Amino acid sequence: MVKFLVQRTIGMIITMFFVSMMVFAIMELPPGDYAERWAFRKFSGTGAQITEADLDNIRANFGLDRPAPERYFKWISGIVLHGDFGEAFAFQTSVNNVIGQKIWLTLAILFFTLVVTYLVSIPVGIYAAVRRNSIEDYALTAFSYLGFALPNFLLALVLLYVSITVFDSSVGGLFSPEYADAPWSIDKAKDLLSHLVIPAIILAWSATAFQLQTVRATMLDELNTLSVTAARARGVPEWKLLLKYPARLAINPVVSTMSFDANRIFSELPIVALVLGLPELGELLLKSYLDLDMFVAGAILLILTFMIVFMNFLSDIFLAILDPRVKLIEG
Amino acid sequence: MANPKQNTDDNLLEVKNLKISFKTDEGIITAVDGIDFSVKRGQTLGIVGESGSGKSVSTWSIMRLLPKNSIIDKNSSIKFQRKSGKVVEMTKFKKNGRELRKIRGGEVALIFQEPMSSFSPVYTIGNQIMEAVLHHRDVTKKEAEEIAVDMLDRVGISNPRQRFKQYPYELSGGMRQRAMIAVALSMNPSLLIADEPTTSLDVTIQAQILELMNELQEDLGMSIIFITHNLGVIAQVADEINVMYLGKIVERGTTKDIIHEPKHPYTQALLKAIPRLDRIGERLTAIRGDIPSPLSRPTGCPFYTRCGKVIPGVCDVKMPESTHLSDTHTVYCFLHEEKDV
Repeated sequence: MVKFLVQRTIGMIITMFFVSMMVFAIMELPPGDYAERWAFRKFSGTGAQITEADLDNIRANFGLDRPAPERYFKWISGIVLHGDFGEAFAFQTSVNNVIGQKIWLTLAILFFTLVVTYLVSIPVGIYAAVRRNSIEDYALTAFSYLGFALPNFLLALVLLYVSITVFDSSVGGLFSPEYADAPWSIDKAKDLLSHLVIPAIILAWSATAFQLQTVRATMLDELNTLSVTAARARGVPEWKLLLKYPARLAINPVVSTMSFDANRIFSELPIVALVLGLPELGELLLKSYLDLDMFVAGAILLILTFMIVFMNFLSDIFLAILDPRVKLIEG
Repeated sequence: MANPKQNTDDNLLEVKNLKISFKTDEGIITAVDGIDFSVKRGQTLGIVGESGSGKSVSTWSIMRLLPKNSIIDKNSSIKFQRKSGKVVEMTKFKKNGRELRKIRGGEVALIFQEPMSSFSPVYTIGNQIMEAVLHHRDVTKKEAEEIAVDMLDRVGISNPRQRFKQYPYELSGGMRQRAMIAVALSMNPSLLIADEPTTSLDVTIQAQILELMNELQEDLGMSIIFITHNLGVIAQVADEINVMYLGKIVERGTTKDIIHEPKHPYTQALLKAIPRLDRIGERLTAIRGDIPSPLSRPTGCPFYTRCGKVIPGVCDVKMPESTHLSDTHTVYCFLHEEKDV
């Protein structure tokens, strides 16, 4: 197990190295750079003539005149050694200041959504498989197809409407007004959690629908294996053998696609966030790209990809715990 | 050999008029059609037949392990004598109920043809034996581990302590079958159902497993139902043999009766299909045709469609009655019926 962990950790570091280079390459891709954007903002309409030499000066000020490999190493070593993601030009402060809070909120939404997804889809999927072809099974299947079919911004609007008209509470934003600028406290965390419920339900719905069907299908296969009959023939109580044998294997495909779920939630988050007025990173990513504010964009991309790589790492470890054959393949 | 018609008190298991059907999309399929058999204490009953003859279905039904779409006929009776001496009717138990679970494993154990798939791949051999032991014996974990290791040793597994910690895929096929036997025997059953336990093994391992089962039966004094399609295998282990075809028993008798004086054309054909060293030059005779689909069961004798000695107008009209050739030997065939009268 230790060897497996070391192997996987090294694998993750190597992956992140390549990912960071790709992210940097993507940062370099758009035509122009922030120097031009800055000059345009500053001097447009003033009638000033900007020469190529002026631009070069501005570039030197921002450190954008250095060759790309040098800038890459400066950028990446700042992140690795000091946790410094560079300068957010457009905000005239550091990237860390700009994205700091939003990163944590985004991760909170992501984590909470994943927890909701698995807490619902795994037990319900197992239940539906065990009660195959019963009314409960059909109802759950219909319900989960609704999850596939319903666009989640619509769901967001409906829930928003319901919570305002029926429960008279605002679900917009992540904090109630009284806590928005308050320092962190237990009450503020509670407030955050209560605000996370609605976005988590909306974001989890389609992932839950998908994983529920996965669990149900795998569970059905596993229920028919001889090892289940063998356990039953040993007199093991039904619920105990269901949990011990087929259920353990039925969650394998869910565990191995955890990073897909994370990815799906990241992609759906901006739309839902727009409807619910949540602070998150998607909008900022788009804006920083439009501004050619590359270190902000780079930091967001890097953190999101890191999360997905990390989820992959986690799912590898969970899989190895769930299924000893996984380690065998690794050698 | 004792007469199966007498000494009914000595019967550990008595199955009467067992009829099992399955509800399927194509309609109701009858897999086992009114059979009787019994197992005496300390003896081995062999059940022989081709795939689809209903051997597994009829024995799995003893433990009530059949899938949800199966129906055991109301008039069927499966009487099993528990260790306490009480005779229970297995068909009356609630599905997966408490008393049934006590009997499963603890009194009737089952081993399968596929030792690979009958073990769960994600738990060690030791875990799965201990689960069985802990469910049926009042012992601590430590004691259960000792029983498990002891049993692995007893079924001829080398380094039992190390094997205990291994996963099923880390063992060879023969080892796995031995481990499967160890799981079954660790629960100390009085009846062991062996459902083609040697079919997936190669011939030398097959011989070892058969020898092992004979030895263990002598030591532990349990009864065995041994299911196979291979009469050559069954001759080595069984005291009595029932030959099944398409959900019916067509012939029953002592092993000697069946092997040396087979009366039913189907039994005779099965025996001719076994390769033998002393007949190396001869061609093997396969039974012509395939076993009919249970959906379109022939009327009359189930075997008439493939029988070489079919009597037209008789065999295809009604099912032959039982003909007692001797105290131990019974056949269901019109060829022999008149001799009985």
